[in-house]
Amino acid sequence: MELFKTSAALKKMLDEFFDTIEEVVLIAKIAVDDYLSGQHIKFHENLLRVVELEHKADHIRRNIENRLYEKSLLPQFRGDLLHLLEKTDDIADILTSGLSQFEVERPRFPEELHADLRRLTEMCVKSVEHLIPAERIYFRDPLSVKEMIHKVYFYEKESDQQALEIKRKIFNQIEDLDLSEKIHLRYFIIQIESISDTAETAANILSIMSIKRTL
Amino acid sequence: MLLLFYLSSGLFLGWALGANDASNIFGSAVGTKMLRFKTAAIVGSIFVILGAVIQGAGASHTLGKLGTINAMGGAFTVALAAGVTVFWMTKLKYPVSTSQAIVGAIIGWNFYAGRSTDFHSLYPIVITWISGPILGAIFSALLYIGMRKLILTLRVHLFDLDQIIRILLLVVGAFGAYSLGANNIANVVGVFLPLAPETPLDFYIFSLNGSQQLFLLGGISIAIGIFTYSKRVMETVGNDIVALSSESALVVVLAQSLVLFIFSNQALSDAVQSVGLPAIPMVPVSSSQVIVGAIIGIGLVRGVHSIQFGIIGGIASGWVVTPIMAGLLSFVSLFFVGNVFKIEVVKPQNQPTSTIVTEIDSVKIEKEKSDTVRFLSDSTERLIQR
Repeated sequence: MELFKTSAALKKMLDEFFDTIEEVVLIAKIAVDDYLSGQHIKFHENLLRVVELEHKADHIRRNIENRLYEKSLLPQFRGDLLHLLEKTDDIADILTSGLSQFEVERPRFPEELHADLRRLTEMCVKSVEHLIPAERIYFRDPLSVKEMIHKVYFYEKESDQQALEIKRKIFNQIEDLDLSEKIHLRYFIIQIESISDTAETAANILSIMSIKRTL
Repeated sequence: MLLLFYLSSGLFLGWALGANDASNIFGSAVGTKMLRFKTAAIVGSIFVILGAVIQGAGASHTLGKLGTINAMGGAFTVALAAGVTVFWMTKLKYPVSTSQAIVGAIIGWNFYAGRSTDFHSLYPIVITWISGPILGAIFSALLYIGMRKLILTLRVHLFDLDQIIRILLLVVGAFGAYSLGANNIANVVGVFLPLAPETPLDFYIFSLNGSQQLFLLGGISIAIGIFTYSKRVMETVGNDIVALSSESALVVVLAQSLVLFIFSNQALSDAVQSVGLPAIPMVPVSSSQVIVGAIIGIGLVRGVHSIQFGIIGGIASGWVVTPIMAGLLSFVSLFFVGNVFKIEVVKPQNQPTSTIVTEIDSVKIEKEKSDTVRFLSDSTERLIQR
């Protein structure tokens, strides 16, 4: 039946979109690790993969958007849903531009910051890793969304604390860095931190969407 | 031809009913863009006509008993007064009740003619003005709770749910349109039933008796009302009292259709009676009132705070104003038509054939007599020839 074909195609696209975002986040995490380990070739390869996946996510999102409007589907939820997908897609955009800047600007992170930086990346990745399943479950079981996004908020807070900790170390503890270098490193910390901030914004949108559906 | 002229006011009322009441069935679906207006109008029109022709007799019978309007001019004026009231209230964007308008207009005729109103017929009608919205609220609250539970338990994907609800809105809308035709056709042509043609209309596969021919005409006028004027009302209805989701819209239409169906289904009434319960009165119920009740029902489930009581007050005041306004308009119009245009709106009570029904009966008897005479004379002639 034509009606359910559209619905099946959209479900497939949506799954593909979420898979792509999850993949981007995982590869980006490996890329940061590669950068800190000095494996620049691997880092470059992973960057290319992230760029490619980010394009793919953009493409799928636009397709979903067009299909929803062309077939006038979900008239009441469409606006919120597209806003959510755009925010989720922003995560891939932030990661792509962040990693590209790593490659172009080559920030020099002192050895003592590596573990903290890895932990910050880990927290950010975890926030996204909990966001995507919550987004997936929203379509079938909006009641479960609340408990799932609780973890997104948790990891966002953790990453905020971690970022603050790193900034404190950069400016107060590490002495063999120029002020310009310190400001440069802070820029990258903010860039990584913004991943979990964006995940939090998406979780807020999702939370309201789930309330609307259960009314 | 004269019959068609007199019937035109009834058809105008039918048009006004289509313009106003179709929005009760498809308003939420079209307003939320779940259905296209064109689809809603086509399905609505077909099923309104089917409901009117197949099941329109029950409620019409009760309305006929309320006041036997015994002159064509009277029936014309009464239907016109009701039609103008409905049109006016629709213009003011009030969900007006056609049933209330016609009942008010008939009572206006009773007053003008100096006849007493049959309170045995009026009583169940007025009771449904209260019980209709209450039943609508109960049905919609129960259906809403049930549907919400079902959706959450079955965990249907939002995209699939959207598609299912679209189909259901169309199916339930068709049922709603059928029930509207069956129940509300009485308002449109009920007062003209004594004037129904005697000759059945043969369509080869089926035939329509006199009343059904009137119901068909009334149904068509409702359909024209749906196509020409309901779009504007449909696009604004639904979200005023409580913001409706597509699931709620479905529940509201289903609750409304069930209430209308109950009050126009003779078989159901008989079944209820057979188990020792009181019979369900076959009366024209206001779909506008029922739908307001149904929306309030959902609002109560969601929480009283979600209901806009100010808007409900405005709508309820419309329910009080409608019958009074239609009654006054009917009374004044009858005076004008009778005294200025010199058209007979009431046959004198002392006239031996005081109603058109008996007038038609006498015409029938005369015709039968002349047929018998003709048959006898023909037979005699044939016998003579032999």
